[in-house]
Amino acid sequence: MSPLLAQLINLLGAILLMLAFAMISQRRVLSLVHLFTMQGAILVVATAVVGYATNQPHLFVSAALTLALKVVLIPIMLHRVIDRLEVRWDTEPLINIPTTMLIGILLVIFAFNLGLPIARFSSTIARGTLGIALACVLLSFMMMITRAKAIPQVVGFLSMENGLFFAATSATYGMPMVVELGIALDVLIGVLILGVFMFQIREQFDSLDIRHLERLKED
Amino acid sequence: MTWTGAISQLLEIVLALALAPLLTGWVNQCRAWLQNRSAPPLLQPYYLLHKLFNKESVVAEHASPLFRATPYIVFGCMLLASSIIPTLSTDLPLTLAADAIALVGLFALARVFISLAAMDIGTSFGTLGARREMLIGFLAEPALLMVFFCASLISQSTSLATIVETLAHRELAIYPSLAFAGVAFTIVSLAENARVPVDNPATHLELTMIHEALILEYSGRHLALIEWAASLKLFAYSCAGLALFFPWGVAEAQAPLEMLLALPTLLLKLAAGGAALAVLETLSAKMRIFRVPEFLATAFLLAVIGLLVHILLGS
Amino acid sequence: MGIETDIARWLLIDWAMVLVGAWLLIGIAGVWALRRFELVSQVLFPLGGVVGVLLFGLAMAALFAPPQAAVLAIGLPTLPFHLRLDALSAYFLMVIGGTAAGVSAFAAGYFRRGEGTPPGLMCLQYHVFLASMAGVVLADDAYAFMVMWETMALSSFFLVTSNHRVAEIRRAGYLYLLVAHVGAIGILMCFGVLQANTGDYSFANMRAQQLSPFWASVAFALALFGFGAKAGLLPLHIWLPEAHPAAPSPVSALMSAVMLKTAIYGLLRVLLDLQSMQLWWWGVVLLAFGLATALFGVVFAAVQSDMKRLLAYSSIENIGLLAAGIGLTVVFSAYGMKALAALALTASLVHVASHALFKSLLFLSTGSVLHATGERNLGKLGGLMHAMPWVAWATLVGVIASAGLPPSSGFVAEWLLLQSFLFTPGLPNPFLNMLIPVAAALIALVAALAGYTMVKFFGVIFLGRPREARLAQAHDANAWQRAGMAWLLAGNVLLGLLPIQFIQLVDPVTRKLVGDGLGPTVGAHGWLLVPTTLERASYGPVIFLVGVAASFALAFALVRKLYHGRIRRAAPWDCGFPWQTARMQDTAEGFGQPIRQIFEPFFSMQRELPSPFDSQPRYRVVVEDHFWRALYQPIADAVARVARLIGLLQRGRIAVYLLYSFVTLITLLLVVRQ
Repeated sequence: MSPLLAQLINLLGAILLMLAFAMISQRRVLSLVHLFTMQGAILVVATAVVGYATNQPHLFVSAALTLALKVVLIPIMLHRVIDRLEVRWDTEPLINIPTTMLIGILLVIFAFNLGLPIARFSSTIARGTLGIALACVLLSFMMMITRAKAIPQVVGFLSMENGLFFAATSATYGMPMVVELGIALDVLIGVLILGVFMFQIREQFDSLDIRHLERLKED
Repeated sequence: MTWTGAISQLLEIVLALALAPLLTGWVNQCRAWLQNRSAPPLLQPYYLLHKLFNKESVVAEHASPLFRATPYIVFGCMLLASSIIPTLSTDLPLTLAADAIALVGLFALARVFISLAAMDIGTSFGTLGARREMLIGFLAEPALLMVFFCASLISQSTSLATIVETLAHRELAIYPSLAFAGVAFTIVSLAENARVPVDNPATHLELTMIHEALILEYSGRHLALIEWAASLKLFAYSCAGLALFFPWGVAEAQAPLEMLLALPTLLLKLAAGGAALAVLETLSAKMRIFRVPEFLATAFLLAVIGLLVHILLGS
Repeated sequence: MGIETDIARWLLIDWAMVLVGAWLLIGIAGVWALRRFELVSQVLFPLGGVVGVLLFGLAMAALFAPPQAAVLAIGLPTLPFHLRLDALSAYFLMVIGGTAAGVSAFAAGYFRRGEGTPPGLMCLQYHVFLASMAGVVLADDAYAFMVMWETMALSSFFLVTSNHRVAEIRRAGYLYLLVAHVGAIGILMCFGVLQANTGDYSFANMRAQQLSPFWASVAFALALFGFGAKAGLLPLHIWLPEAHPAAPSPVSALMSAVMLKTAIYGLLRVLLDLQSMQLWWWGVVLLAFGLATALFGVVFAAVQSDMKRLLAYSSIENIGLLAAGIGLTVVFSAYGMKALAALALTASLVHVASHALFKSLLFLSTGSVLHATGERNLGKLGGLMHAMPWVAWATLVGVIASAGLPPSSGFVAEWLLLQSFLFTPGLPNPFLNMLIPVAAALIALVAALAGYTMVKFFGVIFLGRPREARLAQAHDANAWQRAGMAWLLAGNVLLGLLPIQFIQLVDPVTRKLVGDGLGPTVGAHGWLLVPTTLERASYGPVIFLVGVAASFALAFALVRKLYHGRIRRAAPWDCGFPWQTARMQDTAEGFGQPIRQIFEPFFSMQRELPSPFDSQPRYRVVVEDHFWRALYQPIADAVARVARLIGLLQRGRIAVYLLYSFVTLITLLLVVRQ
């Protein structure tokens, strides 16, 4: 049974990467949030599968926490922010989308190369996916850099955290419970604060375009 | 070449010719159901072909012999393409002559000829269609090639028969690289077969046409051959998708009688595929023409990532 | 070695020298018949073609013979010319001879009276060019090589500036000569490194030297620079799009199809024969440069509006693909994977022959079009299929080969190259085996874009309606032009349909260079081309063609039998707008516009857009190379600055010059006193 489960975990990792890539090429903010929700769901399934395959019950708790946070709570908060700010579309990103995807490919190659030697030393069931998780993190980071509005940046930050979580699960069977709860709380608070921040930006500049923040620099 | 090989090859060609318009009719049926309107009869494409063959062929005054030869060339290419994709059996002698790379080249050959024929008349519609068709083709062709490369790396071969045999025979296994390749292949087939969201096959507005603009000047038996070739292309793409991603149920070289079981399996798989295509078409809206290269670039890059994932994970 | 007087004992290399000498003699005869147009064009050029055919046959025989050497007593007293005819030389000699035969036949029918250079002089330059290219391939020491190389550059310079009254052509020729000489310096320095301080510049000595990895890499870098300048690799490609269109069409055909290949020959000779070992990163550098060149070339080709410039950029693309193939060969060879190196090298060598054939055919067809209409600009052509059907159908074959579509010769080369890329995950280096499949993706993209470009080329010139009224008076190719194009057409078709036999010709070359060959495996399955094993991959072009042709014939016959074959002519669909003109079809710029928009960062464009208030609206777009502004302009400025500084020495007053002589004399006396 074990090889099939290992392949299933690989497949889920691949779907995670696909979603991270899809997020880069999305223009609509609502679709971004949907993709993020799907990413959270896949993460839940992956964590549960790893927990089942290696008989580690704390991973089930971890999966439940992720479900509550990333599939239910945070998307609801994001939807509410979007409704109140009446955001629908993103402006053109700072570099156009095909170029972004090309840079994405290079990042994927780089991450895979990093992941290979580390994976050889690890002994977990899902060690092949370390490279994938690293790639997800880098892709989300790039999304944060290249987007012009605030909400896609927030989604990028959250999906980066997803990638880190997946990396932790696949390399070391999850983090100690204390660390996990701490991170979960941090993420929650972070989203709340970012939500408030976005309102403030909108109040000040009448738009969520972060390029307006450049006006705040010393001149 | 054995007797069984020759018979299964012939059977496959006849099946492709016979079933291709039926597949198009089925997709139209499903689309009509989903859009809550009554559908034309399932055999409507056959009636259309019969009608068109009976009609006189009207050709522009200054059309060259290239224009008149192209429908036959395109038809020949699509027929050859359908006959090298294992649908009922992998014992096909023609797959020795053309492998996956040659299949992609075959589609490219048909595309080049039909674009040239469209440019032959010298009206703005034809050249518009030709330009757009080559635009879609220049990204769809490498994406399709990369999808086949993913499958080739897994099965260590580019011959379609070997690919299908290897993929069908591995123990139930999930290949993440094939997941990427699958998404890329879906996007490419939508683009190449002129389906929503890339092109609307039922449009009447010239400015939104891609495939229709290419065949605007054809009529009579030429149009019939081109329509048949288009449904053969859809059939070929569907069978290629089934062969790569759902290869179970195809007969092997040493077991020709399995073809009897393979036929209903194939029909079932094609029906499911056609319904899925109709669902995809109904849920999407047609894209602006300059979003299409981005769409196809996504497919291309997904296929490349599939290659990389395969090398990383060894599966 | 004395001259062997008994003709029966002459080796193949002696005959080769005779044939090269025959070309030189024909050239000199041209000088003697300086202004006699008929003699030059109807007798001398066809004679040159016959010599080419003989050379082609001789080279084919020489492929299977052991290497032969000869020493010519020309040159300096202690430095005679060493010549050698081995498998690699023989293959390239075959390409040179075969292509030259077709082009010479075409040239016999192409040149017209009273155009620029006197016909006899052009005959001299042309045949010296041919002879020097053959000499480059036969040379066995650095001295002979450089003499032949320089002769090739000079004679082609004179050929490029044949129409020297046009300022643009002079400028193109100057640029060409400049880059050729910069490259020649690189090659000379490379030979200097290779001879490793032994003072003996013969290739036999260089083969025996074992250089340290550092010096071997220096030699590689110099060879890449020098031969890359001649081949047109990025960023030294800048002369190609200027020089090839400026030359007369037969000369452009020769330059694109054959001269660029001598650079590839040089690269192969230095990297795989003269160097005793290869490092893997050389291959990666070659691969990277090759892919960048290929992508650059094809993207620029897609947006051109001059038909010869389009073909020149397409040549850049093909050279890039060749460099990528050689890079892959070096990578495999460095890891000792001989069979795979042989596969990649075979792909590249087949591409050399295939490109020579189809590119020369395409350039010759543009020559016919130019001869018939006098137009080079795609915006003034169109609909020529009706006036020039022979040329159009011949070009169609060339276009299919150039786009790499089955069952043509271009597809065979591309197929073999992609097959060799599929083996790269087996490389022991983890970074490489992940990077190289991405390279395969780029090659697929380049091939698809080449298809786009070729549809534009053929469609805008031959299809549609004539964009100018006088195109209706265009005449089809005359007998000599047809003969030349037919020879190249036959070569194209044969290479596409009989790749197995051709690869068996390539086998001795790969065996010599990388130690293995595809010969035995490739012919083991009858009509099918099988590079490795039957399960892995196979391709049968004849069956392919027969399949498509049979469906064509069957469909045709059945439809006519079961239904009817009636046809009616009418006006095309005009959507209710009756004033359709030929100007309403796509222009070349219009056809290339999507590529321009998608690949915008590649170009530096200047656009003049019309405004709604113009009485005569004009749209102008000039597409330029970034490299001019980023690389060449700064270098040119720096050189000009240095030259100005040195120019300060020239004061123009006699007293100052006398002062210089005086100072030099005093210095010398001081030195001698020590």
